[in-house]
Amino acid sequence: MPWSIRKSGIDGRKAWPVPGSALWLLLRNPSAVAGGGIVLFMALMAVLAPWLAPYDPNALNLAARLQAPSLAHWFGTDEMGRDLLSRVVFGARVSLVIGLVVIILAGGLGTLAGASAGYLGGRFDNVVMRVMDVILSFPSLVLAMALAAALGPSLKNAILAVAFTQVPKFARLARGEALNIRERLFIKAARVSGFSAPWIITRHVIPNCLATIMVLATLTVGETILVAASLSFIGLGAQPPTPEWGAIISVGRKFLLDQWWYPTFPGLFIVLTVVGYNILGDALRDVFDPRLRGGRL
Amino acid sequence: MSLMEFVFRRLAAMIPVVIGVTLCMFLISHAIAGDPAIMIAGPRASAETLETIRRTHGLDQPLYKQYFRYLSDISRGYLGESIRNRRPVLQDLKVFFPATLELTLASMLFCLLLGLPLGVLAAVRRNRLADHLTRLFSVIGVSTPVFWLGLMLLLLFYRHLDILPGSGRISVQFAAPSAVTGLYLVDALLDGDLGLFRDAARHILLPAFCLSYVYLAIITRIVRSSLIDSLEQDYIVTARANGLPEWRVVGLHAFKNSLIPTITIVGLSFGELLGGAILTETIFNWPGMGKYVVDSANYLDYPAIMAVALVSSLAYVLLNLLVDVFYALVNPQIRY
Repeated sequence: MPWSIRKSGIDGRKAWPVPGSALWLLLRNPSAVAGGGIVLFMALMAVLAPWLAPYDPNALNLAARLQAPSLAHWFGTDEMGRDLLSRVVFGARVSLVIGLVVIILAGGLGTLAGASAGYLGGRFDNVVMRVMDVILSFPSLVLAMALAAALGPSLKNAILAVAFTQVPKFARLARGEALNIRERLFIKAARVSGFSAPWIITRHVIPNCLATIMVLATLTVGETILVAASLSFIGLGAQPPTPEWGAIISVGRKFLLDQWWYPTFPGLFIVLTVVGYNILGDALRDVFDPRLRGGRL
Repeated sequence: MSLMEFVFRRLAAMIPVVIGVTLCMFLISHAIAGDPAIMIAGPRASAETLETIRRTHGLDQPLYKQYFRYLSDISRGYLGESIRNRRPVLQDLKVFFPATLELTLASMLFCLLLGLPLGVLAAVRRNRLADHLTRLFSVIGVSTPVFWLGLMLLLLFYRHLDILPGSGRISVQFAAPSAVTGLYLVDALLDGDLGLFRDAARHILLPAFCLSYVYLAIITRIVRSSLIDSLEQDYIVTARANGLPEWRVVGLHAFKNSLIPTITIVGLSFGELLGGAILTETIFNWPGMGKYVVDSANYLDYPAIMAVALVSSLAYVLLNLLVDVFYALVNPQIRY
C-alpha cells in the first residue's frame, strides 16, 4: 500500500503498470519475468524467422554436408548441407503454430463443452463428462499416436490428434467453474430476464471462467509442444523436410554418434521453449489462481 | 462398506470406461482411418483382395455389428493381424511385453529411490539452495522431450565416457536367461548367473533413468508439497514440543502422512510410463512394445498400432483401479 501511494499518489502522475494490476503483479514475480521472457523471445524468433535465419532453411548445399558448428554455420549443417541454425529458427514458427492451434481447438472445445455441462447439469453433464473420462483413460501419447496414425501422418493431423487429447482438461476445469458461477446472482438475474441458456453460457459463464482457463492454457502449451514433437519424432507428425524440431531430431538421430550437433541443438530449443511456458504458467497460477495448485507439480 | 464390496463397486464402475475405450479405439480404427480393408491388407492390395477381406472380416456389415464383432474378437484375445509379418498381433505382444514391463518397473524404482529423498530434502530445506536446485531439476524434467534426453544420455555415457552400453537388453556374448518371468534381471538371478545379471543391469540403467526422469520430477514436487503440508500440522508441533529428534518428526510422523498424494501420483505415473516407454525403447533399441509400435508406425502397420494402443489403455485403466484399492487399504477413511 505505501508503495502504491509513493508511486502513483503524490506527484499525481500515473505509474505504469498500475500498482496492484495483473501486469504489475507479474512483473514483480521473477519466474513470470523469466518465463515470459523466454516465451516472448521464441515468439519473436518465430515471427522474425525470415530475417533472423542466415540461410534458406531448405536450401541444399551438398558441398557443405554434415559440417561441425563454425562461424559460418553456428549449429553446423545436416546431411543435405542445410544450415541447422536456420532450420531451428524456422522450427520456432512450427512449434508456435502447434501450440496456438492446439490451445485454440482444445481450449475452445473443452471450455464450451465443460461450461455447458456445468451450467446445464443433468443428463447432458453426465454424458459429456463420461466421454471426457474415457479420453482421459488413455495415456495421452498413446491416444495421440493412434489418432495420428489413423488420420494419416502429417503435421495437420498430429495437431488435431494432440488437441483431441487435451480437450478433457479444459472441460473439467470449465465445468467446475461453471458449477460455481451458475449459483451467482447475475446468472439468476439473466435467467429470469428470459435469456436463453446458450446466450448465458457464451456471454456470462465462459467469460467468467476465462482467467482460470488462460492459466491452464499456458501450462498446457509446454506439454502440447512435447507431444507434437514426439509424434514427429516417431514419424507420425511433421514430415521432412519441414523444419520441425522433433522431425529434425528424428533424422539427426542417425548422426548422433559422429555429428553430435545435429540432434542436440533442436532439442535444446524444445527444452528452452517448454521450460519457458512451464515457469510462466506456474507463475501465472501462483499469482492469479492458487486453487489450481493441487493438480500439478 | 467392506473392502471387497468397494473393489467390486470399482470393478463395476470400470465397465462403462472399458466400453468407452474399446468404442473409441473401434471408431479410430474403423471410421476415421478410412477404409479398414486397406488397413488390414496394406496400401498396395488389389481390388479383389480388398473385396475378400471385406467379406471375411464382416466389413460390409453395419457399423454397430462390426463393433460387436470387434468386442468378441478382443474378448477371445484376437487383436488383429500385423501387416508386416501376418502374425496375430497378440503373439508379438507376448514376446515384447516382458521387456517393457521390466523397463517400466526399473524406472519406477528410480522414481522412488531418487524422487522420495529429493522431495524430502526439498521440503526440509524449503526455500534454501537444495530446494531451488531440486526445483530446477524438476522443471527441466517436465520440459525435456524423452527422446532427446535419451540421445543426450547416449552421447555422454556411451559415446564419450564409454562406461555404459547403448542398446539392447544384454550383450551379444550372453544368451538370454531361461524364460521364467521374462524379466531378464529376475531370471538371471533365478538362474544364479551373476555375470548376466550385472550385464543386464548395466543395459537397463540408461533407458530406465531416461524413462523415469519426467515422473521423477513430478514425484519430487508432490512429495515436497505434501510433506510441507504435513509439517505444518498440529501433531508435528506437538511431536517437536515433546522433544522428539528431528529425523523422527520428519521421517516417521510427517512422511507417513504425506504418502497418500504420493501414491496417487506413483500409480498414475506408472500408467503414463507405458506411454513414455514408446520413445525410450526406440532410442535405446529396447525390444519392447514401444519399439514394436514405432516400427509398426514406420510401416503404417495399423492393426499393430491399434492393438498396442488398446492394450496399454486397458492396462492404464486397470492400474488406476489398483491405485484406488491400494488407497483404500492405506487409508481406511477413504471410501467412495
